Amino acid sequence: MRRSPLLWAVALAVYAFLYIPLVVVVLYSFNDSRLNAEWVGFTLHWYRVLLNDGEMLEAGANSLLIAFVSATFATLLGTMSGIAMHRFKLRALPLLVITPVAMPEILLGVSLLIFFVQVLNFTLGLFSVLIAHITFCVGFVAIVVRARLAGMDESIFEASRDLGASPWQTFRLITFPLILPGVIAGALMAFTLSIDDFVITFFTAGVGVHTLPLQIYSMIKIAVTPEVNAVSTLLMTLTLGMIIVASRFAPDALKGAA
Amino acid sequence: MRDFQTSGGLLRALHPATLTRWLVSGPPTAFMLLFFLAPSLIMVLASFRFPGAFGGLAPLIGAGRAGEDTGLTLENYQFFFSDWLYAEIFVKSLVVALVSTLTCLVMAYPLALLIARSPKRHRDLMVLLVILPFASNFLIRVYALMILLGPQQALASAVNGLLALFGVAPVNLLFSTFAVIVGMVYVHLPFMVLPLYTNLEKHDPSLLDAAQDLGANGWQRFWRVTFPLSLPGIFSGSALVFIPVLGMFAIPDLLGGTRDILIGNLIKDQFLGTRDWPFGSMLSIMLTLVVLGLAGFAARLGRRDRNEET
Repeated sequence: MRRSPLLWAVALAVYAFLYIPLVVVVLYSFNDSRLNAEWVGFTLHWYRVLLNDGEMLEAGANSLLIAFVSATFATLLGTMSGIAMHRFKLRALPLLVITPVAMPEILLGVSLLIFFVQVLNFTLGLFSVLIAHITFCVGFVAIVVRARLAGMDESIFEASRDLGASPWQTFRLITFPLILPGVIAGALMAFTLSIDDFVITFFTAGVGVHTLPLQIYSMIKIAVTPEVNAVSTLLMTLTLGMIIVASRFAPDALKGAA
Repeated sequence: MRDFQTSGGLLRALHPATLTRWLVSGPPTAFMLLFFLAPSLIMVLASFRFPGAFGGLAPLIGAGRAGEDTGLTLENYQFFFSDWLYAEIFVKSLVVALVSTLTCLVMAYPLALLIARSPKRHRDLMVLLVILPFASNFLIRVYALMILLGPQQALASAVNGLLALFGVAPVNLLFSTFAVIVGMVYVHLPFMVLPLYTNLEKHDPSLLDAAQDLGANGWQRFWRVTFPLSLPGIFSGSALVFIPVLGMFAIPDLLGGTRDILIGNLIKDQFLGTRDWPFGSMLSIMLTLVVLGLAGFAARLGRRDRNEET
C-alpha cells in the first residue's frame, strides 16, 4: 500500500483526467475545421478571428479593469480586517468577512442583485460589479493576512515598543514589511478571483457591462465555435505566465493560494 | 458630575489605542455591513413579500402601484411545501452533490496519499500539477468537457460501440446527469486533494512501521491507521466540494439536459427568467438553511473527531 503500483496507476489516471480535456482544447484551437470533431490541419485562423472580435476584446479589457480596481480595494480592506482580527478580539468582523467565502456564490449574487436594484435603485453595470467583487474578495485577503500574522513571533513587536517606537513606526517599520508577502499573495488571489468570477458577475452586471467569463459563457451556451478554443488557450497561457511570475517573485503567494 | 463622565468617555474614545482600533476595523466592518449583511437581511425580508406588478419585487418603502400588495406573506413558503416538484429538485441537488463529493473522494484519496508518500523534493511539483488546471477559468474547463463528451468524439463512439455489443441503444454522454456529475468532479477535484494531502503529509510513518511489526497487512494498516487519522482531511475536503456543488447552476446549464435542473438553476430562473424575486429569495433562504445545517453537522463531526484524538 505504501507506494504500490495500484496507487501510481490511480494517481496517473487522475492526472490524465485533469489534463486531457485541456490538451484537447489547445489542440483544437489550431485545427483548421469549423467543428471540434477531428483533426484536419494546422491553422492560426481562429486566433485571427479572435483578434478581430471587438466585443471579446472589450470584454477582456473590462475584466482587467474590474480585477485591478476590485483587487486594490479588496486588498486594502482585507489587510485591515486581517490585522484587526488578529490584534483585537472581535466577534462581528470575522463573521462578516469570512461568511461570504464559505457560502455558495449564487447567494451573494442574488442578494446583491435585489439590494442594488430594489433598495439603492442602481442601474446595474461596472459599479455594481466592482462592489460585488470587492465584497467576496475581502475575506480571502483577510484570511491570508491573518494567517501570516498568526505565524509571527509577538516579541518582535514588544521589542519595537520597548525601544521607543510609536505604534505607527512599529507598523511602518516592523509589521508592514513582515506581512507584505501575505498582502501580495492576497492581492494576487483577489485579482485572480475577480478576473475568473462568473456567478456573481452574472447576477450583478445586468446588460451594462460584459466581462470575459460572461462572454465565454454566452458563446458556449449558444454556439460552440473554435474561437472559444483560441481564447481559452490564450487565457491558459496568461494564467500560466502569471503563476510562473508569482513563483519567481513571491514564492509564498502560491502557498497562500493553496 | 455628569459632564465629568461624558468627557471621560470622550477621552477614552480619543485614546490612541481605541482610535487605532476603530480606524483599522471600522472601514471593513462598515463595508461588509452595507454590502453583505444588509443585502442578506433584505433577501430574508423579500422572501416574505409579494412580487411586483412588472416582475421583481413590490416596492419596499411606501405604497406600491394600485393593485400591488406590499404586505408580508408566508405564501412563498407555503407554495414551496405544497408542491412536491421543488422538494424533488432539492433532493436531486443533494444527491448530485453527494455523488460528486464521493467520486472526488475516491479519485483524490489515492493521489493525495501518493503525493504525501513521495520524496519531499517531488511533492511541491506534484501538488502544483493538481492546482494548475484549476488556474484556468472554470467555464473553460466545462467547455473542455463539452468537447470531450460530445457525440462526435472518440469517447462517445467507444462507449456506444461497447453498448452496441450488448445490444443497448446508443446513449448521449453530453447533456445528461452523468455529464453534470463529471463536470462537478472535474471542477472541484483540487478542493478535495489539497486538504487530504495537507492531512496525510503530517502522518508519522513510524505508526505504519509499528502496525507492520504487530503483524498488520497492507489493507489493515490503511483501514486501521491511515484512514481514521485522515478523517479531518476528508471532512474539510468534502465540505469544500459539497457546498459549492449544491449552489452551482452553470454546470447543469451547460452539461445537463432539460431535466437536470438543480437548486441553483431554479434560483437563477426566478431572478433572471420568470422574475419572481420573492419566490427566488425564499429558495435562496432554503439553500442557506441547508448549507448552514450541513456546516454545523460537519463542525460537530470534526469536533468529535478531535476529541477522540486527544
